[in-house]
Amino acid sequence: MKRKYFATPYLAWMIVLIVAPMIIIAYYAFTGQADGAFTLDNIKAALDPIYMSVLWRSISLAVISTVICLVLGYPIAYILSRMKPSTAAILSMLFILPMWMNFLLRTYAWMTLLDTNGLINRLLGLVGIGPLRLMNTQGAVVVGMVYNYLPFMILPIYNILQKMPKANIEAAQDLGANSKQVFTRVVLPLSRPGVISGIIMVFVPCITTFAISRLLGGSQFMLYGDLIETQFLSVGQAYGGWNVGAALSCIMMVLVFICLGITNHFDKDSSGGTLI
Amino acid sequence: MSKHLIDLIGVTKDFDGELALNNIDLYIRNGEFLTLLGPSGCGKTTMLRIIAGFETATAGKVLIDGVDVSSVPAYKRKVNTVFQKYALFPHLNVYDNIAFGLKIKKADKAKIDRKVNEMLEMVELQGLGKRSIDELSGGQQQRVAIARALANEPECLLLDEPLGALDLKLRKEMQIELKRMQQQLGITFIYVTHDQEEALTMSDTIVVMRKGVIQQIGTPIDIYNEPQNAFVADFIGESNILSGVMTEDYFVEFLGKGFNCVDKGFERNEPVDVVIRPEDIKLISPEEGTLSGIVKSTVFMGVHYEMQIEAAGFTFLVHSTSMEDEGAHVGLSFFPDDIHIMRKDKAAE
Repeated sequence: MKRKYFATPYLAWMIVLIVAPMIIIAYYAFTGQADGAFTLDNIKAALDPIYMSVLWRSISLAVISTVICLVLGYPIAYILSRMKPSTAAILSMLFILPMWMNFLLRTYAWMTLLDTNGLINRLLGLVGIGPLRLMNTQGAVVVGMVYNYLPFMILPIYNILQKMPKANIEAAQDLGANSKQVFTRVVLPLSRPGVISGIIMVFVPCITTFAISRLLGGSQFMLYGDLIETQFLSVGQAYGGWNVGAALSCIMMVLVFICLGITNHFDKDSSGGTLI
Repeated sequence: MSKHLIDLIGVTKDFDGELALNNIDLYIRNGEFLTLLGPSGCGKTTMLRIIAGFETATAGKVLIDGVDVSSVPAYKRKVNTVFQKYALFPHLNVYDNIAFGLKIKKADKAKIDRKVNEMLEMVELQGLGKRSIDELSGGQQQRVAIARALANEPECLLLDEPLGALDLKLRKEMQIELKRMQQQLGITFIYVTHDQEEALTMSDTIVVMRKGVIQQIGTPIDIYNEPQNAFVADFIGESNILSGVMTEDYFVEFLGKGFNCVDKGFERNEPVDVVIRPEDIKLISPEEGTLSGIVKSTVFMGVHYEMQIEAAGFTFLVHSTSMEDEGAHVGLSFFPDDIHIMRKDKAAE
């Protein structure tokens, strides 16, 4: 019984930092700016077609980034899992290392790389191409997201591949499977929990990101995260910005929960191996 | 007897300077139940893995059906393995686990279905095809692993300590069933174990190994009754091993006494190991016995009593169906053909 009290600080922490803000957001989303009375006007405003087109852009860029992360991340994780543990530890360290640096700093670095006079264009100039307009494109936003979130795809997949018993692979070979069949029939299906966990960990931050699109996409590619930020900081409480922003946040939250629900549905018969 | 199915010729395996197998020559006949027996680290599993194709020998050749398979990858060999921890595919149900090999071979659906059901029946798991692997008990998983390997109709089944994880009663049942399956299918089984009782129960041929070297090859009866050295005698069953001297043919001295025996061909006064099985020692009255001693302990073992008897400075292990009280004076006697003489194994000392 007494041990329950040890949980109290954490409970207080969660209430103050997670539950209370959620309640406050829900309060703003469903009350009027002037009178504080219950209303659905904010939700209606948030469902405006212009806002929905921003949401659609956010989803499509997040999907593209997640797919690219998966296509790049799976082979990297696979190669890492096949290496000597000591080599793999050093290499996976190299993937994690940039994550210790501030995320804005990393994104600023890409701004200079992608600039018209930047490193990439100068290298292309050496072989007679360009200069190309790389900054302020959707491509630049995708590059930024992939760069920032790729480690979150690699690590859970690497984790599960590395823990996969070697005997399972040998059993498949023993039963006549060549290396391609071993991969498609055993390794890939068994690594599914890692893949799902990686998808969630890339897709959710991608869909809610805001600084990357501002820095690398200029102002032309407003994402849903930017929209919420604008409502809170630029429009402001005096014009009902907090209320609409809170409504937009609620829609985003519902969307994220739907995504988690879908992935959990696909993941329900597998056991463990996930990071979250 | 029948032709050789597998030949190992001068097989050596070196793991970074550690010699796991040292110049092994061995043939395995078609249709026999052969057991590789030895303590852990003796190289028995390595030998199995070389036959399966998971390891490559550092030197030497492996022939299957007379063809050198040294460069044939595991997935093309006509052998199948039952793994120590089963290695069943957790993402597939029982049916799909057993069908795995047949699906790889692109067998038609009707054939797969017939074969899988036949296998389920063979391992007595009818009706459990739809179960997922983690819903099965250890014994059932074991059966699925056997069925999965046998569904491919291998010429030879390799079993790597398959019963190690089961409890004693289940293990005994499975020993009998494995033997039945092997006889029913008429295929070769190569069985790896460190359990001498398991080896004696099931095998046609036992290969006793130690530190990468074959110690003795023979039938269970040969191995038990005529162990070639003290290591084999000690490993197979319980033994009293004494140091002695062959003073002449058919006569050995140990513990300061002379005994008639049935061995010859040793040098005069050659030091030898003398092995006497605990059940071969007869307990008689102290006056009659060549040796007399005092009972140090008596333990009831079910069918027999196990006694430690100290005589002439050596503690004998004796199995007898009649009980002697602790502290009692008894005489020990043994027949000449119960005294097994072995050359001292210099390398093993």
